[in-house]
Amino acid sequence: MKRQIPVLLVFVFGVFMIFQYFSPHEYSEWIYKFLMDWIYIIGIFAMALGIWSLIHVSYDKIKNKRHDWGYSVVTLAALFIMMFFGITGFDENGEWGFYFMTQEGLTNPMFRNFFNHILVPIETTMFSLLAFFISSAAYRAFRARNVLATMLLVSALVVMLRFNPYFGEAVGLYMNKIAAWLLNVPNMAAKRAILIGIGLGMVGTALKVVLGIERGYMGKG
Amino acid sequence: MRYILIIFSLILITFSAVIGQVDPVVTDSLAPVPAPPAPVTEVAVSDKANDHGHALIIEWKRSLDDGAGSNAVMLYEIFRSEFPDSAFKMVGSVPLGNERFEDIGTIEKESRDYIPDNTNLYYRVDAVTIDPVVRTSSEVYGPVQSYSNWFHKGRVPVLTAVLIFGALMVYFVSVARKGTELYVRPLAGIAAVDDAIGRATEMGRPILYILGLGTADMISTIASFTILSRVAKQVAEYQTELIVPCYDPIVMTVAQEVVKSSYLDAGHPDNYKEDSVFYITTNQFAYVAAVNGIMLRDLPATNVYMGKFYAESLILAETGAVAGSIQIAGTDEVGQLPFFIVACDYTLIGEELYAASAYLGREPIMLGSLKAQDYAKAAVIVLMILGLLAINVHLNAFIEIFKVVD
Repeated sequence: MKRQIPVLLVFVFGVFMIFQYFSPHEYSEWIYKFLMDWIYIIGIFAMALGIWSLIHVSYDKIKNKRHDWGYSVVTLAALFIMMFFGITGFDENGEWGFYFMTQEGLTNPMFRNFFNHILVPIETTMFSLLAFFISSAAYRAFRARNVLATMLLVSALVVMLRFNPYFGEAVGLYMNKIAAWLLNVPNMAAKRAILIGIGLGMVGTALKVVLGIERGYMGKG
Repeated sequence: MRYILIIFSLILITFSAVIGQVDPVVTDSLAPVPAPPAPVTEVAVSDKANDHGHALIIEWKRSLDDGAGSNAVMLYEIFRSEFPDSAFKMVGSVPLGNERFEDIGTIEKESRDYIPDNTNLYYRVDAVTIDPVVRTSSEVYGPVQSYSNWFHKGRVPVLTAVLIFGALMVYFVSVARKGTELYVRPLAGIAAVDDAIGRATEMGRPILYILGLGTADMISTIASFTILSRVAKQVAEYQTELIVPCYDPIVMTVAQEVVKSSYLDAGHPDNYKEDSVFYITTNQFAYVAAVNGIMLRDLPATNVYMGKFYAESLILAETGAVAGSIQIAGTDEVGQLPFFIVACDYTLIGEELYAASAYLGREPIMLGSLKAQDYAKAAVIVLMILGLLAINVHLNAFIEIFKVVD
């Protein structure tokens, strides 16, 4: 019974989702919207579970003085500090208070300072690491170990160097044409072949889930 | 006295003439009023097809003074009423040259734009000149009603394809159930999972499983759950440590259940640790920073990336490579595949991610569904070649069969 009810629910809602794609009727749209709203509701409750999980795991590390437990202290401190400043602030009259359902917390200067001057730079730093990782990945990928790797290297060079201003107009134009052909013909063909496979795989997996053949999401793969 | 009067009259006349020259209002007031334009003809209103109702399409033939004749028409204004001869309300306008207007209303009754379904409605189209007062109304068209459609006729090709695909799946599943051997080509990435878990056990290091940035309703995440259940089962059997940091709290909840069930199936429910599947954050790069930290601190023997990945794919995979872990990746995000291919030891490309569960399970039902996918792919290739031929010989009827209208 514990497994049959979820399978039955998945079947009913899965069939409805297929039906609603083919039925634009007002009632069908209304039920679809209603179900989508439920995703948000479940998401909000799940967020509480998620935060609890983070607190629990971090607290456990600190309590048992596990390896690198200091990072967990920073995690919890950051969580509670941001939470505190996010729900407190000053109203129009300059009076301090708690604001759970309004925007005052988000306009709190401390919240904004932490967000703009700590979180945003850290995020930007993480993203900028990508440039260096691309270089190291490209170095590995473009080593001319065999014929195919050499073709890849040459193609990549053509695609990259077409923007080089020192080649002159004539060479640049010629490289542009080769690069456009590489991107629009072999590259696009491979991309579309993968996309067709993905599309069919998605439909196949979705049908398997709806029909109860695939139950991996319940730990019964 | 007579001379004084004459001089005064001359001054008055001169003054009037000067005033007349500098004041354009006097001249403008004498400008001719445009003549009413010819009315639009053949007004026709119909329900908008394949929609949720509350929408109608108004079509007409242009006024003879639109771009021709007196060239007086500037725009067309469309009016609607529930009565044939009164209470008309303007619902929109289109510039000259147009012959069509879609009156799309909302479903909400309280809204000003609400159009009632199954109610008699009347329409008229006014041809309007530069002077909004000067206009000519068409004849009133009606009654006409809007209504909801239960079936989207433009999506018949999709329905046909789904039905054929479903039938293929049912057929191959029944064939597989009868015991017919179905060949599935080896997937190196999946075959490597067993070795990778064995390696982790030998080294006494954990296995890191990343479900990606997808939400629980994405097919790639659902496929990833299936692979996770297999990995968790083997991990439970080998008694190795499993770490599953999650990006989405719903995914975390499902993943906890998946891992728990796998440990139970493997006969080691006591070894399951709830903290092995945990939530980090829904912030992309904060998540990456946390996972990279785990990779560099805990040095997992194996990193498995299965699911939806975006810009973080290379940051994760390169950090894993630096940490010296064996890396197996799989995603349906085409843009991220090259990054995984260069940074990981094995990569499942696109649909291989979905095939992995069938390959791992080796159950006839799953293999049957894979066969159906292969035949569907063959059908797509044949249809593409036929489409190519048809478009070159201008056989448009064949192309139209596959046209999907939204």
